[in-house]
Amino acid sequence: MKRWNANLPALVLLFALLLVWQLGATGMDAAYILPSPTQILVRMWELREPLLTAHLPATLLCTGIGLAISVVLGLLLAVLMDASPVAEKMLYPLIVASQTIPTTALAPLFVLWFGYTIWSKVLVTVLITFFPIAITVFDGFRSVKTDMMDMLQTFGAGQREIFLKLKLPAALPYFFSAIKMAIPLSIIGAAIGEWLGAQAGLGYFSRRMMTQLDGAGVFAPIVLLSAVAMLAVAAVSWIEKRVITWRGSL
Amino acid sequence: MLEFQKVVFQYDSEDFNIINGLSFQIEKGEFVSVIGPSGCGKSTIFRLVGQLLTRKAGEILVGGERIDGRRGYCGYMPQRDLLFPWRTVRDNLCLPMEVRGDVSRAEMDRRAEETLAHVGLSGWGDKRPDELSGGMRQRAAFARTLLTGSELLLLDEPFSALDFLTRITMQEWLLGQWENDHKTVLFITHDVEEAIFLSGRVLVVEETPICRLASFEVPAPYPRTRACLTEPRMLALRERLIGMLRREAAV
Repeated sequence: MKRWNANLPALVLLFALLLVWQLGATGMDAAYILPSPTQILVRMWELREPLLTAHLPATLLCTGIGLAISVVLGLLLAVLMDASPVAEKMLYPLIVASQTIPTTALAPLFVLWFGYTIWSKVLVTVLITFFPIAITVFDGFRSVKTDMMDMLQTFGAGQREIFLKLKLPAALPYFFSAIKMAIPLSIIGAAIGEWLGAQAGLGYFSRRMMTQLDGAGVFAPIVLLSAVAMLAVAAVSWIEKRVITWRGSL
Repeated sequence: MLEFQKVVFQYDSEDFNIINGLSFQIEKGEFVSVIGPSGCGKSTIFRLVGQLLTRKAGEILVGGERIDGRRGYCGYMPQRDLLFPWRTVRDNLCLPMEVRGDVSRAEMDRRAEETLAHVGLSGWGDKRPDELSGGMRQRAAFARTLLTGSELLLLDEPFSALDFLTRITMQEWLLGQWENDHKTVLFITHDVEEAIFLSGRVLVVEETPICRLASFEVPAPYPRTRACLTEPRMLALRERLIGMLRREAAV
């Protein structure tokens, strides 16, 4: 009941916005550019077969591989930068600079490099998502209080023990935040990649519907994408709540 | 137990030696307080003993041997309890033993349980630190310090963050602990009354840079109760120490 109350204002606003959209779209009567929410739902139902059996799995595969690579790469960079000040000085500016490159503009090149294979999409996903993971987890290592490190040192702990017993657990909440940021980004990354060149996937499907001037068909995969992203973030939050019982008390 | 021989130390950010040729000695089983105004360099002495800072010159001996290259010869209890929130109270107590890595898990748990009982926290081992009150957390932190197995305990203003009533309860509790196991305690505080109540000897930082520590015997036998603080000799010592600190603060 409490949860319901907490979410009520957001739900009311959402409903109001959808209502305005519905009325506006019905008034405009141009479904090929602005379909109404109900038209989109109907279209999603009609397209459920290709959406759910072919295109959603393709996008999820790309997102999953990209995210996995990003987690490994991001953690590796964070650990490296934490372990060595030289590595930090070398890598940190480059990592930040890499984010100023408009990935979407480069993505067509990736299609030239890797063709219509999954790897051009995975590369876009990795480029977009490794950054928040590396930087956030690195911040997590940095968040450790020096007096806690000092205390461990007086116990006789070396760098390795300080990392395992203090920094790693302290950075865990940051890791979860990073993953929650990276999930929506990874789906966006995959969709961008698919838009630019693919044979399957929700981004590709959305683009195909565009060429057919099927407005509701363009929206259907997008709605599905954001629903999947929300579900994934909710799932991570659920795990987080069970793993991290101490958030805020450090 | 602890000996400073002409120790010199300078912070990189400063252009003078904050500790300049300091020598003093603490015997085994003594309870000694170091008092001085904030920022006078009290904690620097502690950090030098724990090798968190490297001295420029001089020698520090613990148990008659130089500390260089040694580990785990002193138990350090900081101002805040620093209990790790992701560990249960018992696992927090096991931390120094885990770092040393010389005892089995079962033995660690056994010792932790024993020490919890010793500090009056039986049955609290499975709780998380944030389920404990401020006083209980400090007792758990003290238990963790004991489990370093060191004879020398460095307590850095351990009760300064507690409310008044909890603080005096904890002082009495700590005194009881010490009267039982007579570890060597070096206790930093800026509270003159706390120093007098607890220690056999009070060392005063008279000046910064620290070249020497003025030493005062506390004229009251152990075991003590708070009533001893109202004895004329104790009151006189208290006023004298306060006078010294005030003079220094004014400089």
